[in-house]
Amino acid sequence: MPHQPAGIQVPGALADPLLSVRRLTTHFPVRRGLFGRSAGVVRAVDGVDLDVAHGETLGVVGESGCGKTTLGRTILRLEEATAGSIRFDGTDLRVLRGAALRAMRRKLQIIFQDPFSSLNPRMTIGAAVREGLTVHRLAEGEEADRRVRRLLEEVGLRPEYAGRYPHEFSGGQRQRVGIARALAVEPRFIVCDEPVSALDVSVQAQVINLLQDLQRDRGLTYLFIAHDLSVVEHMADRVAVMYLGRIVEFASSGMLYREPLMPYTQALLSAIPVPDPVTRRSRIVLSGDVPSPVNPPSGCVFHPRCHHPARDAACAAIVPPLEEKAPGHWVACIKQPPTTVTWDAQREVGGRHEPSRHLPVTGSTT
Amino acid sequence: MTSHGAPVVEPLLRVGDLRTWFRTPAGIARAVDGVSFDVRAGETVGMVGESGCGKTVTALSLLRLIEPPGRIEPGSSIRFEGRDLLTLSEEEMRRVRGNRIAMVFQEPMTALNPVFTIGDQVAEVARVHDGASRRAAWQRAVDMLSQVGIPDPAERAKSYPHQLSGGMRQRVLIAMALMMNPSLLIADEPTTALDVTIQAQILELLADLQQRLGLAVLLITHDLGVVAEFAARVLVMYGGQIVESTSTRELFADPQHPYTRGLLEAMPRLGQGRNRLTVIPGSVPAPTHWPSGCRFRDRCPHAWDRCASEPPPAYPYSPGHQARCHLVVEPTRLSEQHTP
Repeated sequence: MPHQPAGIQVPGALADPLLSVRRLTTHFPVRRGLFGRSAGVVRAVDGVDLDVAHGETLGVVGESGCGKTTLGRTILRLEEATAGSIRFDGTDLRVLRGAALRAMRRKLQIIFQDPFSSLNPRMTIGAAVREGLTVHRLAEGEEADRRVRRLLEEVGLRPEYAGRYPHEFSGGQRQRVGIARALAVEPRFIVCDEPVSALDVSVQAQVINLLQDLQRDRGLTYLFIAHDLSVVEHMADRVAVMYLGRIVEFASSGMLYREPLMPYTQALLSAIPVPDPVTRRSRIVLSGDVPSPVNPPSGCVFHPRCHHPARDAACAAIVPPLEEKAPGHWVACIKQPPTTVTWDAQREVGGRHEPSRHLPVTGSTT
Repeated sequence: MTSHGAPVVEPLLRVGDLRTWFRTPAGIARAVDGVSFDVRAGETVGMVGESGCGKTVTALSLLRLIEPPGRIEPGSSIRFEGRDLLTLSEEEMRRVRGNRIAMVFQEPMTALNPVFTIGDQVAEVARVHDGASRRAAWQRAVDMLSQVGIPDPAERAKSYPHQLSGGMRQRVLIAMALMMNPSLLIADEPTTALDVTIQAQILELLADLQQRLGLAVLLITHDLGVVAEFAARVLVMYGGQIVESTSTRELFADPQHPYTRGLLEAMPRLGQGRNRLTVIPGSVPAPTHWPSGCRFRDRCPHAWDRCASEPPPAYPYSPGHQARCHLVVEPTRLSEQHTP
């Protein structure tokens, strides 16, 4: 594993990543009152490290408010980062301005959750797909028409639909238009932000398969953001679990689903309703809600809701480092051994229970 | 009642040939088109289907909340606690709503009034339906908030909706629904807008209330996982009709309708890794233009000429298990598959 200076360990760091994010932080000021005096900050993304390999799908999962959408938008410079770095193919995205930024935007695209609100209702879908071609001067005239038709075909829409308007399409078809539009500028990297969560089950499967086909045919790299862990398992090579702006677990998809170690991931997996009325799994029902990112809990941000039997005062006092518990499996929990936070250090701040492996859910069987 | 032997107990709710149509410029939208089912007292029934299948219109029809251009067509019947709801006066119907049948919706924020405290809104139910005094109604509201698991209910009752999380707001709506001790709760996608860990809390609460209060629950959802965990019996809807109905166990073990089988296969499930998902081709047709014959036939891998010419009735497959598919009576056709 490549070594990082100054004790910073990056989960799943790669030698030659396509995208590399370091200590990325996006804070939003909360203003109150007539003069907009600052009343604190929302720590939407709070020090995230990530490497994404060429051609892989990196899944980002978490519940609403965990910062996964802000992470994707910050990488694309749709939100300005407060601190940290974003390197894409060796270029630092945060310093780009003007023409250089526009040129780079062609390589990084986004697909949104709600394809209807991301399409202009007064623009035919052909014009919507064509827009990127014109803006980036990739094609014009008949050549552009030809490309639009080919793109519509590639995403499974009839080329003659080019003259129709968004309202004439179903949700699944609109998502195909959104995908065609992203593909028009020939990107290398696509942020898929909940691309199937607004779709019906039968249509969702069509779009998941389409995204997989396109990745294979075009060598695309995806950052796949979703709250649905079963969808992410179908899409992702590696998965990052986020909670209150931080990555709390990171592993290959197989490892994460087989043996989730972060108590939060365990609860998230066990909460998914299983479409099998015969086998009953043990369920961890978390108490309470996700705390406010304006005023996150001290120490481990998950400790007030945690079910780990060894949870104690040390969890409220020590910010758990994201550390490698098994090769390639990174977890932020001082109660899941092994940990670099020694038992002595935990006792010093009131720790009463020695770390011990807690595996309440068996996870998936494959 | 029969004069000899065991009394024949009428189900709590018996819906017969319910048809709710909307006369639109694009034609008649047959949103609900011949739906029949029973819900027994204390039973949990899941109604599952995708958007546009008619499940929400069915729920609104049960409460007679259909606005023009929609209409419940003559010949439909909704028998509930021994009366046909479709023959009641508007005044009598108002007493059924809230008192005997209560409903919980998907979006808890829009169902609450932002300018009143949640305690006021829950108490309001008792004041309107029961004529309870302000003080007594408030006390009952606090009790009910406590029953639905709201911590520190006496204090929380003074909060406004925006001060609560989505999960807490859904608990408030459930409290409002249960204030008058109804015998049937209709829950329309009650957890769809919530995160998965909060969904687990709400489903657990509903199951607990159902057992404790002996409540019948009709749970409407698009999520087969939610149905599997919550309901004893399932109604699968497609194209404004119930295409399959059976016990939850049997539905998952031995589904008969190709649509049900398609839904079960199209679902991404935990533990399947990165294999390819089976898809149902095409999308749900518009309710103004259902296909002739079987409404699923243009998406079905087994359809043959009979499916286009003859609408399949709800064939009995085994006791308590029905499916609207000609395959039930011509099972040899099952081996013939093609791409629709």
